[in-house]
This record gives sequence, C-alpha cells and structure tokens, in this order.
Amino acid sequence: MTETASETPLVEMRGICKSFPGVQASDNIDLHLDRGEVLALLGENGAGKSTLMNILSGLYRQDSGDVFIRGRKVDIRSPRDAADLGIGMVHQNFMLVDTMSVAENVILGMASLAFVPDMAAVKRSILELGERYNMKVDPDAFIWQLSVGEQQRVEILKQLYRKAEILVLDEPTAVLTPQESHELNDVVKRMQAEGKSAVFITHKMDEVIAFSDRVMVLRKGKVVAEKTTRETDPKDLARVMVGREILFHIEKAPFSPGAVVLELKDVCAEDERGLPALRELSLQLRTGEILGIAGVAGNGQRELSEVITGLRPVKSGGISINCVDATNHTPLQIINSGVSHIPQDRIAVGAVGDMSVANNLAMKDYRSAPIASGLLIFPWRILEFARRMIGAFNIATPSPETMVKFLSGGNIQKTILAREIEACGSLLIAVYPSRGLDIGATESVRKQLVAQRDAGKAVLLVSEDIEELLCVADTIAVMYDGKAVGVMPAEGADPQEIGLLMAGVSPSGKESRP
Amino acid sequence: MGLITSLLAITLRAGTSLVYATIGETYAERAGILNLGLEGIMLMGAVSSFATAYYTGSLALAIIVALGVGGLMALIHAFLSVTMKANQVVSGLSITLFGTGFASFLGQRLGPASNGYYLVGLTGPRFTPFDIGGLANVPILGAVLGQDIFTWGTYLLIPLAWFYLYRTRNGLSLRAIGENPRTADAMGVNVNRAKYGYTIFGGMLTALGGAHLALAYTPGWSENITGGRGWIVIALVIFSMWNPARAITGALIFGGINAVQFRLQASGTNIPAAFLNMLPYLTTIVVLVAITWWETLSKRVGSPASLGTAYVREDK
Repeated sequence: MTETASETPLVEMRGICKSFPGVQASDNIDLHLDRGEVLALLGENGAGKSTLMNILSGLYRQDSGDVFIRGRKVDIRSPRDAADLGIGMVHQNFMLVDTMSVAENVILGMASLAFVPDMAAVKRSILELGERYNMKVDPDAFIWQLSVGEQQRVEILKQLYRKAEILVLDEPTAVLTPQESHELNDVVKRMQAEGKSAVFITHKMDEVIAFSDRVMVLRKGKVVAEKTTRETDPKDLARVMVGREILFHIEKAPFSPGAVVLELKDVCAEDERGLPALRELSLQLRTGEILGIAGVAGNGQRELSEVITGLRPVKSGGISINCVDATNHTPLQIINSGVSHIPQDRIAVGAVGDMSVANNLAMKDYRSAPIASGLLIFPWRILEFARRMIGAFNIATPSPETMVKFLSGGNIQKTILAREIEACGSLLIAVYPSRGLDIGATESVRKQLVAQRDAGKAVLLVSEDIEELLCVADTIAVMYDGKAVGVMPAEGADPQEIGLLMAGVSPSGKESRP
Repeated sequence: MGLITSLLAITLRAGTSLVYATIGETYAERAGILNLGLEGIMLMGAVSSFATAYYTGSLALAIIVALGVGGLMALIHAFLSVTMKANQVVSGLSITLFGTGFASFLGQRLGPASNGYYLVGLTGPRFTPFDIGGLANVPILGAVLGQDIFTWGTYLLIPLAWFYLYRTRNGLSLRAIGENPRTADAMGVNVNRAKYGYTIFGGMLTALGGAHLALAYTPGWSENITGGRGWIVIALVIFSMWNPARAITGALIFGGINAVQFRLQASGTNIPAAFLNMLPYLTTIVVLVAITWWETLSKRVGSPASLGTAYVREDK
C-alpha cells in the first residue's frame, strides 16, 4: 500500500478544459505533482495558469476533465472541499479581510473550530508557526496595518494553520522586494523538507530557476513544455513561453537631457488615512529624460503621481512644471500645461469601462477643435480621430464603438497610452504602465515611452520592476517611506543596491527609516 | 414613580421595536444586503400579527405569523438581490411600496363585517407589562423590569447578538462576508446561503418590531402605525456602526425624545403638537449626521465594504 502511494502522484489533473465567454482558458491540460515537489507554472498573462489553479482550489469548476488527489478521483465543488483535501491557495490578490485581525483571518471559515473559538490558543499556534517557519507576525494586528510582505506571510500562515499539504502560490513575488522573495523561498524550501508540495505560478524566469524542481509552461491555455528545472535556462524558457525570441533590450538614442521640465521641492502630502505619504520629496526631471521611480508599492509612488497631476493636495513644498509654479493647480490646469498621466488604476482612473473605445480616446481632446466647436461635439469626428489612433497605436478592438471593458488589459492600456501620448505636451507620467501586461504588450508600452523621450519629452516612470527601470530609464530614484532615498544614473546601477534601498536598508546596512 | 423613571419606562417601550429591527438589519447589512424594505415589512408584521391575535385570541400565534410574514418578505428581497443580482435599492424600495400598500389594504378588508371590514379601531389581546409588585416603585429598576415580554426580549437579544457577531465562528464568517465576500468564499464560507439566512433573519426581527407596535406599544391597527420607524432603523444601523451593542443607544435616543415629547404634549404645552411629533425624527437626523461626520473625521471603520453589491464568484 505504501509502495503504491509513493508511486501515485499527490495531485493529478487530467484533460482539464475551462472556457470563459470568448476565451479558452484551459485546453485539455494534464498536470501532476508529487509529494515534496515544487512545480512552477510559467506563462504569460492570460495563459491560463491562475484559472487552472482556481479549479484545483475550488473557486472555479472545470467544464470537463478529472482531478485525482492521492490517486482518488475527487469532485472539488468549493474552496471548502479543496481545504478538506489539503489544498491551500495563496491568491495573487490576497484573500484577507482588511478590517479584521491576523488571528481572525487565519481561522476564517474553518469548520473544524469550536463554535466559540479559543482565540488565545489560536494566537499561540500562530506565534508557534511563525517561529517554526521564520515568519513572524503579530496575531493581534489588523491586516490594513501590515505591509504587503507581511500580509503574504499571513496568507501562508493561514494555509499552514489549516495543515495544507499542497500549497498553490499565485505570483507570490509580484509584490515583494528581492529580499522578501528570498525569505519566501526559504519558507517554501522548509515546507518542502517537511514533505509538503507546492505549485508556483509565475511569469518570471529567474524565479522558476530559484524556486522549482520542475517547470510546466502554458501558452494560450495549453501546455507547451514540461521540463526538469535543472535542464533548462531562462532564455530557453522565455522563448517557449512567448513562442518567439524576446528582445530584453530596447534601442534608444543617447541620453542628452535638456531643460528642467518638472521640479518638486520638499513636497509633503498625506494619504487617505491622513498619514504622511510624501515626506519632503525633491526631484528633478529634464526634457529627453526618463526618470524611473523604483520602490515597493505603497511607499508614496501613487501619491507622487497624484500631487503632480493635481489629484491630491500638496501640504507643503512646491511643484513647478516648465519653470512655472503648478502647486495645487486643478487637474485641468495641469493638463493644459502639457502633462499627461497614465494612472496606476487603468480601469478605475484611466478609462471609463462602459464607454466606447472612441469616446475614451477622445476624452482629452473633446474640449477643442476639431472634435468640439463651442458647446457642441461632433461624434463623427470622434470616430475619425479614434480610427486614426487605433491604427497608429495598434489597438486590437472589434470596432471603435466597442466598450473598453471588453478589451484585454494590454489593449485598455494601449488605449490610455494613445490618448495620453497624443495629448502630451512636455511631460508624461506613467505609473506601473506595464503591470499585469504580458511580454508582448509590455514591450510595446516600453517602446512608446522611449519614443516619447527620444522625441524630447520628459517621462516619469513609476515601476516596481527593477529590470524594466534598468532597461528603460535614464535616471533611477528609489522611493521609500515617502522619500527619495537614492538617485542614480540607470546605466551601471546595481540591482542589488536598488533592492536594498527599496527595502529601506541603506547600502551601508542600516535601516533608513526615520 | 419619579419623572426620570417614568420617562425611562416610556423610552424603553418606544425603543423596543427599533432594537429588533436595528439588530435584524445590522445582521443583513453585515452580510452585504441592504434591505430598504424594512418599513413595508414592519407594517406587514403589524397588520398580520394584529389580525391573527384578533381572530384567534392567541398572542403566540400572532407572533409566529409576524415572523413568517417578515421572513417571507425578506426572502423575496434575498431572492432578488442574491440570486437575481438585482439592484438592492430598487428591490428594497419595491418591498416597502408593496408592504405599505398591502398592509393598508388588509387593514380595510380583514376586519369583521360589523366594523365595515376595517381593522382600525378594534381591540384585541395585547401584551401587558409584567407585574413586578413592589419593585415597580424602585427608581430606574422599576422602569427596566416593569416591561412587556418584547422589551424583556431586547435585554437578551442585544448581548446575544453582540456575542454571536464578535465571539463565534459564524459571526466571524458573517463579518467577513460583508467586508470581502470573495475572501469569505475562498475560505470556505457559503456566502450566498449566509446572505439568504441573515436577510431572512433580519426580516423576521423587523416584523417582530412591527408586531410589538400592534400588540403592545399602541395596541391595535392604524394606518401608518410604524410612523416611518422602518426608515429610522436604516439610519440607526449606520449610527450604531453595524454593532448590535450600539443599537441600544440609537433606540434610546429616538425612544427618549419620543418619551419627552409625549410628556410635553401631556403637560399641555403650547408648542405645536406637529412640531413635537417631528422631534424624534429631527433629532435622529441631526445626531446621525453629526456622528457620521465625527466618525469620518476620526477615520473609524465604516460600512461593510461590500454592502449593496451582488457577489458573483466567476466574474471574469
């Protein structure tokens, strides 16, 4: 019996198919996972990695195909069924209730607990688990008080507390600093040593190499390769994943900065909770320059873009655009002074999902001729304008009248990019412009940014992807806790040093938190 | 009986129906369901319980009927907003419109022929305050103890509702559903079943509040017997910050102002009665605006984040 148990895979998925309206997310996928193994699921966005794992964790139901756990065919109807089988998933968007404590989140939904749970015992176990896996977290803290890295620890502790044997991690490192990623790797290795298994979803090659034993590459819902990690290398994986050679390098003209376009002097601003988000931040950006802002999300990057674009009040300090004071100007004044903005939240701030591509494209040009004349706007001119933009920026849409929400993330971003670049006078602010986009779309976004810089505009690029900054930016500023803790030329910058600065550690090894 | 004690007695009595409905609606809103049908459900609870008591003479049966009617009306709201994913505001308002009209209709048709088929003006069995003997003369305590079974019920309901929400496994799930149904679902909580359950529970408690009006507070049936209490409850839930323990303060403020204005009217003041009748509502609005303003300023936790929105698991 024990012999057969060691031969049958822990998890086996056979012929899994799942489609969403218009998309075949999983197309006849076979997957197996052994005890004590870490499997990497590699693929671009929309390749069907998360869908497959959401089926395993009971959030989605497959259209056809079977799942076997420890050799027994199972029917996973809900996340509770999955939990009962020892499957625990750490979702990309954390499944945590912000207003509840760590301990409450850990036990949420556990049917095996007493009706009136013994919270003291729960907290003790959380501390013990934290000790054992070197993931310390205060069980009484509220989720909203924790950093993203700490929140992820809670997610993993939650699964460990439930004695999950199969841990599914959906792009776990997307929100982590390089140092936090290393810590996560240690935790996964420790779990592996205890005989637990993990499936690791990612689109980053180096993580596959660092974390996994075996890698499965998905493309458009199909398995296109399956290899032992030792037998592969990042270049090889990238080619299989995208289906063609990828240029990691982007051509750009030599760096020759001109006049100062944007200057921030000792800018202070607050976040929604009234806590300081920017602390005496000073920056300078010139024409023909891409200034890359590095940093872990939540260190003031969003607030930075908002104070410049007039969406958030400046408490003290000053902002000038083209040497004219623009502190606390209205968004319209700032638009009129030639500033374009590609916001962080492309669905909520960047576009109106329920309006057509054409109307979204015209959203900045509708105030003036040729689209408008006095109080009137001319719909046929909007369409004309939209057709031209759709062609120029290669936006894949069935028609200019299609609602934006029906486009893919990459094409929504292209729509915003087209509008903002068309209206851009001298300064383009791009906040995480390639976040969530696949390699192809990312490449085209980056090329557009560089083209704007080559055309003599100033570009402020906020990104958490160090590689992106190194290949696109001319200057890199690292933000930590609302301040620029390091400004350096991108050429020859050391990714390790940037990573340390992002984590709040100055290169000399001291915490730079005030 | 001293002035304070008698005022407190009226306050508790006037606040009772509000406590039931506030706790019921708090639970529904914690599950993410905004039920604007409360006013209609309360009226239906009142008319159905009074008619039952009048014809059968059984108060117990009257309460059971009110619970059934309230649960059924809330079930309609749950079906529309959970299963059909309809707009909760529209669904709730329809239920109030229907409930108000239908209760009024029943009030003109269910009565005996001798009364022109009207229920108005009839007297039926009623709940009376418990006789607590000499204790009635003890200040404060007399007011608290000398109440009918409904008011006594609130003494139990408030701590129980608080304990369930904040100390039990199910309460934890309930709080999670309102804040983040997706997370609750992923953690194995049956979100839709809970939404149904708590909405129905809320409807039952609201109808019970209506029954209290018709069987104890102002015994009998009259048009608009609730006096807009269903709407006041919507406000009180916000005022209590979705905490059952704080439902008591809201009910006490509304009930207290009611008690004071009764007293003033009885004392023959020359302040117009219409103005005095308005006072409880006006005060509730003023206090509510002030509290909400203060809570926002102090950045306290607000409404359940998913309140009023339908939850779809596979939204791609």
